[in-house]
Amino acid sequence: MELGFLVISIVKIFIILAAIYGLLWALGHPRLWVKLAGIVVVFGVVQLALSISVGGSMIMNDFDKGLLFQAATMAMVGLGLNLIYGFNGQFSLGQWGFYGIGAYAAADITYRWVNGDASGLLVLGIGVLLAGVMILWIGRFIRKYRDIPVLSQFTLYLLGTLATGFIALLIGTAIASGINPMIKTAESIGPLAQGLPLQIVFFLSIIFAGIFAAEISFLFGLPVLTLGSDYFGIATLGFTIVVNVLMVNTDTILPFPEMRGGRGMIGIPKLTTWFWAFFFLLAVIIIMRNVIHSTTGRTIMSVREDETASRAMGIDVAGTKLLAFVIGSLFAGLGGGVYAHYIGFLSPGTFDFLAAFNPLIIVVFGGLGSMTGTIAAAFGWTFFLEGLLRVFLGQMGTEAPSWRFVFYPISLLLLMLLRPQGLLGSIEWGFLKPEIIRPRLKPEAVAVGSSVDDRQGVK
Amino acid sequence: MQPAITSQSSPSKVHRPKQRLAWIGQGFLLVLVIGIVYVVASNLIKAPTLFGQIVLSGLQLGFVYALIALGYTMVYGIVKLINFAHADVFMVGAFVSYYAVARFSMHQWPVAVFPGISPTMAVIIGSGTVILLSMIVCTALAVTMERVAYRPLRDAPRIAALITAIGVSFFLEYFGALSFVFSSRFIPYQRPFEVVAWYIKDGIHLVVPGQAPPAQSITFSNIFLIIVVASILVQLVLQYLVRRTKIGIAMRATSFDKQAARLMGINVDQVISFTFAIGAAFAGLGGVLYAVAYSSIYSQLGLLPGLKAFVAAVLGGIGSIPGAFVGALIMGQAEALTMGYISTPMRDAVAFSILILVLLVRPTGIFGEPEKEKA
Repeated sequence: MELGFLVISIVKIFIILAAIYGLLWALGHPRLWVKLAGIVVVFGVVQLALSISVGGSMIMNDFDKGLLFQAATMAMVGLGLNLIYGFNGQFSLGQWGFYGIGAYAAADITYRWVNGDASGLLVLGIGVLLAGVMILWIGRFIRKYRDIPVLSQFTLYLLGTLATGFIALLIGTAIASGINPMIKTAESIGPLAQGLPLQIVFFLSIIFAGIFAAEISFLFGLPVLTLGSDYFGIATLGFTIVVNVLMVNTDTILPFPEMRGGRGMIGIPKLTTWFWAFFFLLAVIIIMRNVIHSTTGRTIMSVREDETASRAMGIDVAGTKLLAFVIGSLFAGLGGGVYAHYIGFLSPGTFDFLAAFNPLIIVVFGGLGSMTGTIAAAFGWTFFLEGLLRVFLGQMGTEAPSWRFVFYPISLLLLMLLRPQGLLGSIEWGFLKPEIIRPRLKPEAVAVGSSVDDRQGVK
Repeated sequence: MQPAITSQSSPSKVHRPKQRLAWIGQGFLLVLVIGIVYVVASNLIKAPTLFGQIVLSGLQLGFVYALIALGYTMVYGIVKLINFAHADVFMVGAFVSYYAVARFSMHQWPVAVFPGISPTMAVIIGSGTVILLSMIVCTALAVTMERVAYRPLRDAPRIAALITAIGVSFFLEYFGALSFVFSSRFIPYQRPFEVVAWYIKDGIHLVVPGQAPPAQSITFSNIFLIIVVASILVQLVLQYLVRRTKIGIAMRATSFDKQAARLMGINVDQVISFTFAIGAAFAGLGGVLYAVAYSSIYSQLGLLPGLKAFVAAVLGGIGSIPGAFVGALIMGQAEALTMGYISTPMRDAVAFSILILVLLVRPTGIFGEPEKEKA
C-alpha cells in the first residue's frame, strides 16, 4: 500500500522533472514563440494537475505538492552553490545559512504585513536598497583609492551598512505608522492585506530577502574569501552555525518576538503557489545560465581553473570570487523566501549545521559545474529522502528518520566510490548548453572598437 | 651591476600593495580587542573567584578539545581531509565506556579477581581498563573506516573524500541512534569512580560530600585533574612519537610529500592507517573523559565538540600538534567566558567568530606555516 503510493509519487515527480527538462529544451530553441509556448505549457500542465481531481482525489495531492515546492527551492539553493563551488571553486558550507536568512527575512515581512504592520517591508526594503547604493558608492571610493587592505574595506562597508540600516529603521517605522491602519485594524482587514496587494508584498518580500542575504554574503565574503579553500569552508560552516544560534535566540538576543526563538515561527501566510515557485525557479535558472555563458561566467570559471593565470590575464580574482559568492547567496535567499511561504512554519532545527551539507551533497550528486545535474539532483534528492521516510514510516514508526539516514550515507558512499564526478559530470542540456559563438568579422565591429579608444582618449 | 641587485633586494623600493588606509582595519581590530579585554578585566576585578572558576571550567573543556583536535590535525596534515567522522569516533568512545561500566561492570574486575586489593588501586586499574577498552574499540573503528571508505578514494578528487567523510559521520550518528544500538535518547552516564572535589580558599581543602563549599572559593574535582594530566601526557607522548620514533619520521615525511615518501621506501598506506588509529585512540580517551565530566551522552554527542575541536586545530594552525593544543585551550576559554559573562547559547557563535577573526589576521592559524595552495 505505502509502496504503491510511493511509486506513483515518484512517477509524478519525475514526469514534472521531465517537463522541466522539456522546458529547458524549448528555451534553448532559437524561436521566441517556442520558448514562450514551453513556459506556458509546462506551467499550465502542472497547474492543471494541481487543481484537477480525479475520482475524489487530486492528481497532485498535498504530499506531491510539498515535494514539488521543496524540490524547486532546493534546485534554487543548489544552483547558487553550484555557482560558488562548481563554477568558481570556493568550497562553501554557508549556503544553508543564507537560505535561512532569506526564509526568516521574507517570512517576517509577510507575517508583519498580514498582522497589520508594514514596518517589516518598509524597513527591510529601504534598508537593502540604501545599503546596496551605499555598497556601490563605497566600492567606487575603494576603487579610486587603490591598495586599501581588505580589513579596512570591510570596516568601511560595515560602518556604511550599519548607518544605512539605522536610517532605514527610522524612516521605515515612521512611514509604517502612517500606513498600518490601511492594512488591518482591530475590526477589519483592510484592502492591502488581501488580493493583489498581498501578492505584490509577497513578491517584494522574497526579492528583498534575497537581496538581504546577498548583502550579508557580501559583507561576510569580502574578508573571508581571502582564505584558502578549506579554511573558507570551515569559516562558512561557522557562519551557518552562528546564523543558527541567532535563530534560536531571535526573541532573546535579537528583537524579534514574533519569530519565537527555538520554538519556531508560526503563522506565516502560505502564499507560495505553483506560479511563484515556477516563476522564481525559472528566474534563477535563466539568470544563472546567462551569467555562466557571459564574459563574467568565463571569468568565474577561469578563477576556478587557475588563480595566478587569471590574475595574469588582468582578472580581478578577489572581485570575481565575491561576485560569484554574492549571486549564489542571492539565489539561496530567494529559495529561502519561497520555502518559508510554502511550509508556513520555520524552526531553527531546519537550518542546523547538519543540514548545511545538503546543498553540497546535491551539487556533488548532480555534478560540479553542471546546472542540469543540479536541477535533477535537487528533485531526486528531495524525493529520495522524503520517499524513504514514507516507506519506513509505515513500518518503523518513530525510528524512521534514523533508518532513512542509515541508507542515505551508504548511497552517498557508493556514489563517491563508483562515480566521484557526480551523476552528470559537467554535461548540460538544451537551454543550459553554451551557445556556439560564430566569429563575426564585420566592419562595424572594428568601428565600435575604435570609438571606445577615442572615448578613452578624450577622457 | 650593483644597482640592479640592490633594487631587487631592498623591499623599501618595491611597491608594496595594500597599505593605504590600513589604520581603519587596524582600528577596527583594536576596538574589538579593547572591548574583549574590557569585559574580561572588569569581571576579573568584580568577582575574582568566579572568574577563576570560569577559567578552570574553560581549561577542562579546552583539554578535552585538545584530545579530539589531535586526530583532526594529524589526519588533515597527512591526507588533507577534514575527517568529519572523527567526532563520531569520539561519541563511540563515550558509549563503549558507558556499556563497559553500566552493563558489564568492567571497572570492578580487580576487586573480583584480587579480593585483597586496596580500593584505590582497584579503582585506578578498573577505570584504566575501561579507558583502554574504549581506545581499542575506537582505534579498530577508525582503521576499518579508513580501509573501507577512505582508501579507495585516495586518488579521487578531494571533494569525494570529504563527502565520504560526511557520509561516514551521518552513518555513525544515525546508526547509533537506532534503538538496538545506542538509541537516540540522552543517557545518564555512570562514572567508574567517585567524584572527589576540593576547594581553594586559604589553601586547598577537601569538599565534604553533601556539604556546599564556602562562598568565594574555587572548587575543582579529581575529574579536572585527570583530564589535565591525561591531556598533557598525550601531548608529550605524541611529541615524542612524532619527533623521535621511526614511524613519526615516516608520518612527517608522508605529510610533506607523499610521492617522495613512497619512493624512499615508506609504506604510505600503513602510515596513514597508523595516523587514523592514533588519532582515534586519543578521541576515544577524550570521549570517556568528556562523558565522565559532563555525565550525559547521546548519539550526536560528538557533533559540536568535534566541530569545535576541528576549529581549535585550524586556529592553532592545522597540521601542527602544539598548535592544536593551544587552539583547543583558547577555544575552551572563549567558550567558558562566553557562557559565564555573555549568554550560554552564544557560546558556539563566539567560538566561530574567534576562528574567523584569527584567520583574518593570520590566515594559516597561530602556529601554522604559510603553505602553498595545492589544488
